Amino acid sequence: MPKATNADDLDGPDGVQIDLISGERMERMATTEKIRMILDGVHDGNIVILEEGLTPDEESKLIEMTMAEISPDGFNGIEIETYPKSETRDSSLLGRIMGSNESTAKLTVIGPANQIETLHKDETLISALVSRN
Amino acid sequence: MGLLTELKDSISRVTDRLFTDEEPKRIGIYGPPNAGKTTLANRIARDWTGDAVGTESHVPHETRRARRKEGVEIERNGKSVSIDIVDTPGVTTKVDYEEFTDEMEEEDAIRRSREATEGVAEAMHWLREDVDGVIYVLDSAEDPITQVNTMLIGIIESRDLPVLIFANKIDLEESSVKRIEDAFPQHKTVSLSAKEGENMDEVYDNIAQYFG
Repeated sequence: MPKATNADDLDGPDGVQIDLISGERMERMATTEKIRMILDGVHDGNIVILEEGLTPDEESKLIEMTMAEISPDGFNGIEIETYPKSETRDSSLLGRIMGSNESTAKLTVIGPANQIETLHKDETLISALVSRN
Repeated sequence: MGLLTELKDSISRVTDRLFTDEEPKRIGIYGPPNAGKTTLANRIARDWTGDAVGTESHVPHETRRARRKEGVEIERNGKSVSIDIVDTPGVTTKVDYEEFTDEMEEEDAIRRSREATEGVAEAMHWLREDVDGVIYVLDSAEDPITQVNTMLIGIIESRDLPVLIFANKIDLEESSVKRIEDAFPQHKTVSLSAKEGENMDEVYDNIAQYFG
């Protein structure tokens, strides 16, 4: 016999949503769109995982926009973890001219600062604890 | 004045500006909160101008707005460099006012956190638009491999800004300059104690060499 639905079930599942964003999707977006999407997700309590990470310029804009949205008793910022950049990245003059130095960041994990805690990070593993708060 | 003369003067002003080396370089002092950025800025400013830049404190985010000390002339080994020191708030990705409530009233803590967030946003904006070089200050008693440090150094590198890493607080027993050298081997690291004034000769030699 099916179990009766109680009122709590109507509020939706109790859990943490994880958004895994492909590099292909990010490639089609402007910097502001990317940052808006990340911050909207984090404001909703989601963990956002970017397959390709952000460029340094986008990272600096993410910090700037995060700061503009922090409020007492509300959103208190983000936790962000990225794998270290590849040692083999092209830092030659030609590489810089061609812009290949801009997007070599590996996978990036971003979440609400009050919900995500990094337990361990090395070149191949990011281990994070996410609380439902 | 005729249009042609005005145009000639305008071109002349632009070329003078392009080829003169007299403009002070804007050197941003960046790093995480409580690394000793203001203590260093004050030490440099006092040594060369006699004035301080700002208030030092053990409470994080004492520096909430970027502060500038203009026209600091540093002379080393017959070489002179004129810099504007920009002391910036400690860069972070989160600010929680409750971290300050042990030290102050809630209202003051909220005001402090608001000012801190504005200051960090401003510092990030300036890094993209308004600095010619960076002094990156780290507490040598702390682990330098943090996401914010790695990210900030990456942002600075992507802008091709000259950067000197200062391993501060070498007066502390647990200090390890090697840990910082190993973390960022691609950059010159200079050890110092801004509080005690230790190794400042080498600090000024390197500032003159890198930013002169």
